Amino acid sequence: MIRFLLSRLLQGVIVIFMVITITFFLSKMIPGGLIQNEKNVSPVTLKAQAEYYGWDKPLIVQWWKQIVHYATFDMPESTHFRGRYIDEIIASGFPVSASVAVLALSIALSIGIPVGAISALKPHTLEDRVSMLATTTGICTPTMVSGPIIALVLGLHLRWFNASGWQESGDVVLPAVTLGIIYSAYIARLMRGSLRETLALEFIRTARAKGAGEIAVVFRHAMKLACLPVLNFLGPAAAGLLTGSFVVETTFQLPGLGQFFIAAVKNNDHQLTMGLSVLFAALIVFFNLLVDLLQAWLNPRIRLQA
Amino acid sequence: MQAAWRRFCRHRINLAALGFLILLIVLCVLGPLFSPYAQDAQDLELKAVNISAPHWLGTDTLGRDMLTRILQGGRVSLSVGLLATAVAACIGVTYGLISGLAGGRIDAAMMRVVDILYAFPFINFVILLMVVFGRQFWLIFVAIGAVEWLTMARVVRGQVLSLKNLEFVTAAKASGASFRHIVRKHLLPNVIGPVIIYASLTVPGVMLLEATLSFLGLGIQPPDASWGVLLGDGSQVMQTYPWLLLYPGLFFSSTLLALNLLGDGLRDAFDPKSAAQE
Repeated sequence: MIRFLLSRLLQGVIVIFMVITITFFLSKMIPGGLIQNEKNVSPVTLKAQAEYYGWDKPLIVQWWKQIVHYATFDMPESTHFRGRYIDEIIASGFPVSASVAVLALSIALSIGIPVGAISALKPHTLEDRVSMLATTTGICTPTMVSGPIIALVLGLHLRWFNASGWQESGDVVLPAVTLGIIYSAYIARLMRGSLRETLALEFIRTARAKGAGEIAVVFRHAMKLACLPVLNFLGPAAAGLLTGSFVVETTFQLPGLGQFFIAAVKNNDHQLTMGLSVLFAALIVFFNLLVDLLQAWLNPRIRLQA
Repeated sequence: MQAAWRRFCRHRINLAALGFLILLIVLCVLGPLFSPYAQDAQDLELKAVNISAPHWLGTDTLGRDMLTRILQGGRVSLSVGLLATAVAACIGVTYGLISGLAGGRIDAAMMRVVDILYAFPFINFVILLMVVFGRQFWLIFVAIGAVEWLTMARVVRGQVLSLKNLEFVTAAKASGASFRHIVRKHLLPNVIGPVIIYASLTVPGVMLLEATLSFLGLGIQPPDASWGVLLGDGSQVMQTYPWLLLYPGLFFSSTLLALNLLGDGLRDAFDPKSAAQE
């Protein structure tokens, strides 16, 4: 167990190191300097600025400075918003992305798991067909189609919620519903497939043979195993949701991390770009680890391998 | 292969999906050639009209014919989907083949690299790449293809590992077949099935990624169209002209649906075990 955790920690460190390196050299290649876009900047100003951010030093020195920043958890100053540190900026956007993500995941799980389970328990019935039709439609309606439609119908026509922006607590609902629908469709399909496979296994026959009722068979025995593929899907999904869904944040104009990233790349804000990339990578590593641990706990046949 | 094709044809829905995709490809390739309108020809007298006799799917806010733009956009979206998947398949098959054949430490190291790459925030890199290289068309294929090969490599490696110790490969080795002969005549044909299945499921994912980039204004640049561009444009004016969002959305969703059905059908056809469970 300890060996497993250590090897995962090492793997995470390698990931972060590579992400810093790649992001550093890619952002150095972005054409146009920081304030060259603005008119008539004197060479003196440019030189002073380059000195201020340390851009006059060799690339390798700058790169090493980045590594030191992240190794010592000493977050650098934003290169676009002078005087603001990237950890404050990220901290201001994180609650937005996180509250959308938590609500979206709750919606996805509370619809996806029951729908998938009912489908699996009653194969080839009307319920099964209707729910499979609904989930297939859900999967094939990407958020860039469903988001604007939801904003139009629930926001602009019915006026239940604001169609965009982030002022009231209700503003979290529409983006979360948009994301929740598509994720619940994925979860329902995964759940249906894996529960049907599990119910065909021999230990289920054994459970039935010893006289366990249908409810006990499904909930005590089958569900535990059938949830594994869903869990596997949830790891990357949770990381993706937390780090901001780029399309949904654009559609509903939310000040979340996805929007910050796009703005940072466009503003040539190297430090914020880097900080967000590192945060995204760290979250993916963390959720993958969490999923592996949960899987081992749910299924004793899985051994954690270093 | 023939048995798989017969199993594939047994389900009408598979044939319907295949027929729809062929029809769509023909329409997208030929449609713009026969259209009386150029995809970027503006007619400012006719701003954002809905379905009408001269413009079958209406016009957008600049008076450009929507049907022509949707078909032209379909060309871009479909070719990105197919070419980027081809790039991903080439990288994935080569990597998986080498890893599976080499075995031992090399295999372990190569798979560890894949594990590490799985934790990369690839969407960030793709966005950065788009900004660095100025949103060139070819770059979209390469950037997306370079992201999507990981699972392909795992699939191929698994297949090679299970094949290379089977008796027919040993028999071929014993009868003096060269390494190249074994790879080309025995391993690759058996790897093709899973690769086709996985590739057909990758195409919709790739199209979605392209649409995301274009929707955010980081992919295909106007006046060129792709479905993502049209959806982005449409979503900005949906309050007044909802059909500008709806029509491209319908094309995009039905294409994704057909591709998903095709992928599922191919999987069931090539892997009778999973089909038997259905």
